[in-house]
Amino acid sequence: MSSRTRAALLFLTPAALLFTVFLLVPIGYSIWLSLHAQRVTGGLLLGRRREVYVGLANYHATLADPEFWHSLLRLAIYGLLVVPIMLGLALAFALMLDVPATRLRRFSRIAIFLPYAVPGVIATLLWGFLYLPGVSPFRYAAEHLGLPVPNFFGTHSIFGSVANIAIWGGVGFNMIVLYTSLRAVPAEIYDAARVDGCDERQIAFRIKVPLLTPALVMVSVFSLIATLQVFNEPMTLRPLTNLIPSTWVPLMKVYRDAFVNGDVYAAAAASVVLALVTLALSLGILKLLQRRAFAEDR
Amino acid sequence: MSGAAVRRGGLLPTAALLAGAVYCLLPVLWVLLAATKTRAELFSTFTYAPSFHGGLVSNVRDLFAYGDGRFALWARNSLLYAGVGAALSTVVSAAAGYALAKYRFRGRTVIFNILLAGVLLPQITLAVPQYLLLAKLHLAGTYWSVLLPTVIYPYGIYLCRIYAAAAVPDEMLDAGRVDGAGEGRIFAALAVPTMLPGLITVFLLQFVAIWNNFLLPFIMLSDEDRYPLTLGLFTMLDQGVSQQALYSLVITGALLSIAPLVALFLFLQRYWRIDLLSGAVKR
Repeated sequence: MSSRTRAALLFLTPAALLFTVFLLVPIGYSIWLSLHAQRVTGGLLLGRRREVYVGLANYHATLADPEFWHSLLRLAIYGLLVVPIMLGLALAFALMLDVPATRLRRFSRIAIFLPYAVPGVIATLLWGFLYLPGVSPFRYAAEHLGLPVPNFFGTHSIFGSVANIAIWGGVGFNMIVLYTSLRAVPAEIYDAARVDGCDERQIAFRIKVPLLTPALVMVSVFSLIATLQVFNEPMTLRPLTNLIPSTWVPLMKVYRDAFVNGDVYAAAAASVVLALVTLALSLGILKLLQRRAFAEDR
Repeated sequence: MSGAAVRRGGLLPTAALLAGAVYCLLPVLWVLLAATKTRAELFSTFTYAPSFHGGLVSNVRDLFAYGDGRFALWARNSLLYAGVGAALSTVVSAAAGYALAKYRFRGRTVIFNILLAGVLLPQITLAVPQYLLLAKLHLAGTYWSVLLPTVIYPYGIYLCRIYAAAAVPDEMLDAGRVDGAGEGRIFAALAVPTMLPGLITVFLLQFVAIWNNFLLPFIMLSDEDRYPLTLGLFTMLDQGVSQQALYSLVITGALLSIAPLVALFLFLQRYWRIDLLSGAVKR
């Protein structure tokens, strides 16, 4: 082995070790757990608790559990609200920041990016109080203007209330990612388009959006992964409303199964199913959007 | 196009961006004002009306007195988890990313692809088994249980690889070798300084991610004295349901815990390279 190869492997060792211990081993352990269960063997009095291999029984139980499907359905509603609205706003803001005639760009950019520095738990605290009857300025304003008073903790509105917190926290970061990749485009391209008679709107939709495709693919995949793992916001909102059960989204159910009910085997099966769903969806997006990217090339 | 037309073209985007800015500042402004209110005022006065009856001072005093100074402890813990965790993971990511970008060896692509799969992997699969494994090692509930899993940061390695490939010229490394420097010294003295803007970005991303982390400490920790701010404030809110007096303290705590991060951001804005994230590094 050459000294250079040895050096390269040495540089990689800490990462490889940590990756193995904190990622590969836990995944393997998760899969192992999902195929096992605790059973009491022997007589009622002398019985011992043992871990036994149960095959796919935990998966069957998970997929037959209506609570799991309800949490998936809520997650789907939540995700369909968060991802399109958040990325749509981020893209719109990024394009508008890139219009030369826009004023107060620096202020708007920093203000919209600011929520990135606010942890999800704290963001939920802030919005939670803004939703809370007795404190909510929106309810106050509606009451004084004689408008219907919004109820942020209703059976349907709860989805919007939780989604709003995630959108608020994520729109600025995605905007900045898209905006910086727009800034990397050489200005000559736009100059040439303007000479050809394109206005700013045409430049935005015909030139900038196609150029943004790779960055859009990336933020979509990351947003999707983050959305499927939603936990902090609904968990923090629970003390303020009784509309969020302990199994509101899948990760909350996994948490409850593992740490409240003490059934780590069921929790492992549910988390493996969710990981597979996440991987399938993110690879699906990558494929779908890359095909679109290639179509633009042709 | 005349100057007036250009200005008119800017009206709509300016207004839309300002609306976005107001939306984003609304809750931050609220927490700033709500923290000035006394407990009685919180539910009795208009929510955006500031108060000047010494509410802020008494809220801050009560907050730091809560649970024998627990809030200060949580703040210190957050700083420890985020600062040490992000620093260690930047070092690990820098070394790995540099090796993957600048050396040719067998298995390089395979290693890189495995790491990349780690980026796509949801944390969800990891939380429960990580807890069980650390519990077997008698590490669950310790500082280590929150610190160690955050050191490995596949996305950071990915970013470091991109940045090293774009910013560190091979000629510079070869010149170092001609001068007789060892590989370790070349990395520390030549590559790291060149990669610095990328490393600052990785550090900040990971710092924020750990600072904002809730699930990992929520699962790992049971001793309130080891909680980070997020978990501590969550516990206070949870107790606030039965004693509403705690709400004022939770609000003040929220304000105090976002202030340093907002300040850090405004200060470091110019130093970090978000263009890395969209893969738009200029070569």
